[in-house]
Amino acid sequence: MIKTVDLYKSFGDLQVLKGINEHVAPGEVVSIIGPSGGGKSTFLRCLNMLETPDSGSIFFEGVDITSEKVDIDLHRQKMGMVFQHFNVFPHLSVLENVTLAPTIVKKIGKNEAAEQAMELLNRVGLAEKANERATSLSGGQKQRLAIVRALAMEPDVMLFDEPTSALDPEMVGEVLEVIKGLVKTGMTSVIVTHEMGFAKEVSDRVVFIDGGIVAEEGTPDDIFNHPQNPRTKDFLSKVLY
Amino acid sequence: MFENIIMLLEKYWQVFLLEGLRYTIILSAIAVFFGVLLGAFIALGRMSSIKPFKFINVNKKKKGFIHWLANFNPVSWICSVYIEVIRGTPLLLQLYLFVFGLPKIIPIKADYFFWVSLALACNSAAYVSELFRSGIQAVDYGQTEAARSLGMNKAQTMLRVVMPQAIKNILPAVGNEFIAIVKETSMASTFFVGELMTSYLKVNGVEYLALEILIIVGVIYLALTFTLSKLVLAYERRLNSK
Repeated sequence: MIKTVDLYKSFGDLQVLKGINEHVAPGEVVSIIGPSGGGKSTFLRCLNMLETPDSGSIFFEGVDITSEKVDIDLHRQKMGMVFQHFNVFPHLSVLENVTLAPTIVKKIGKNEAAEQAMELLNRVGLAEKANERATSLSGGQKQRLAIVRALAMEPDVMLFDEPTSALDPEMVGEVLEVIKGLVKTGMTSVIVTHEMGFAKEVSDRVVFIDGGIVAEEGTPDDIFNHPQNPRTKDFLSKVLY
Repeated sequence: MFENIIMLLEKYWQVFLLEGLRYTIILSAIAVFFGVLLGAFIALGRMSSIKPFKFINVNKKKKGFIHWLANFNPVSWICSVYIEVIRGTPLLLQLYLFVFGLPKIIPIKADYFFWVSLALACNSAAYVSELFRSGIQAVDYGQTEAARSLGMNKAQTMLRVVMPQAIKNILPAVGNEFIAIVKETSMASTFFVGELMTSYLKVNGVEYLALEILIIVGVIYLALTFTLSKLVLAYERRLNSK
């Protein structure tokens, strides 16, 4: 579904990605772990072209979306993204946060969009908050809203960029539960996370990115119980204690 | 002195209020209205990402002249130059330029009032465009990223996500710009266009009571700017309470 070929990216003189070749199959759940500054988030943000790679290609459903001839907006509709800092729209209500993109991008009627949004909000326990302002929500609620907002576009793949890193500890669980529920429905997902237990539980495959390259990848069992690369071992010994 | 003020008010209240105050308000309103319109375009131009020479960088070089030219945005450059020139030269010079200079190149038959209004609007546009730009850039970039990741294009993102948030930063600042313009219109008295300082010149020419007339004119300016600043403040409070 998503395939990257020789992805390179640098910010100024700092090389962040040094040739990443990955392939995410339909229905697959891939977790990306690794030390801060290793290139995880940059890699994820390249997948929907929020960062433009310096060289290399990204094929999404067979189309090279790094090409300048491609209408990236069209492809982004099929790729939901959830951010570390939620980025809910503070000037809109909870419901409007969800219906905004479907109504103006997909031109779906207001009523139909609202109906669909209410269904989704109900699924994450936010239905009774529908008419409140998004700013009045707690961190965990905001992130659940952000997930629903992405889902309303009916994406083929979901990208999660450290979805629980900015949350208070007591709210991490509720967001992870929502992602777990989503993954169970067969949604193709790429998740950058520091929650090792979560990555172990939900992933089909775990990718360890360090120093701009994929240092090691494999099943959760391979990576967490039998890591081969010394850098993986070192990283895991620091985060699992 | 007090009797003189009363006398002046009785004799010339129409000059001060119906002429002076009226033209000060009209001039300020024209300047801010067209300043905001023009300023919005300048701000958009300055923040645009038009790169007509992008094709030249075939090898995607990251340094040197080719890289510079490929990233050169002439629209943004022109807007920046405009802002720097307007902000870096005195308003009085600009007024002279518009009143005595421009009519020599632009063959329109118009009176001083027209050229003075135009000069004030062009001046205000430079300042307002910077208010727009800082207001827009103060909106968290994550908002843009969230909107774009949902498939919204640049224009939709700007109109539906960024602008509604930026307007809260911009409107009070534009209100303050209006107050500043009210005071700056006094410069237009150099060309005797009828605003408050012109009233002073007119009445003083007859009565030779500079101090008293200046007090009257000053109080009118103060009443106007004070009212406006209270309005801006009230509006700001309403925005924040929402």
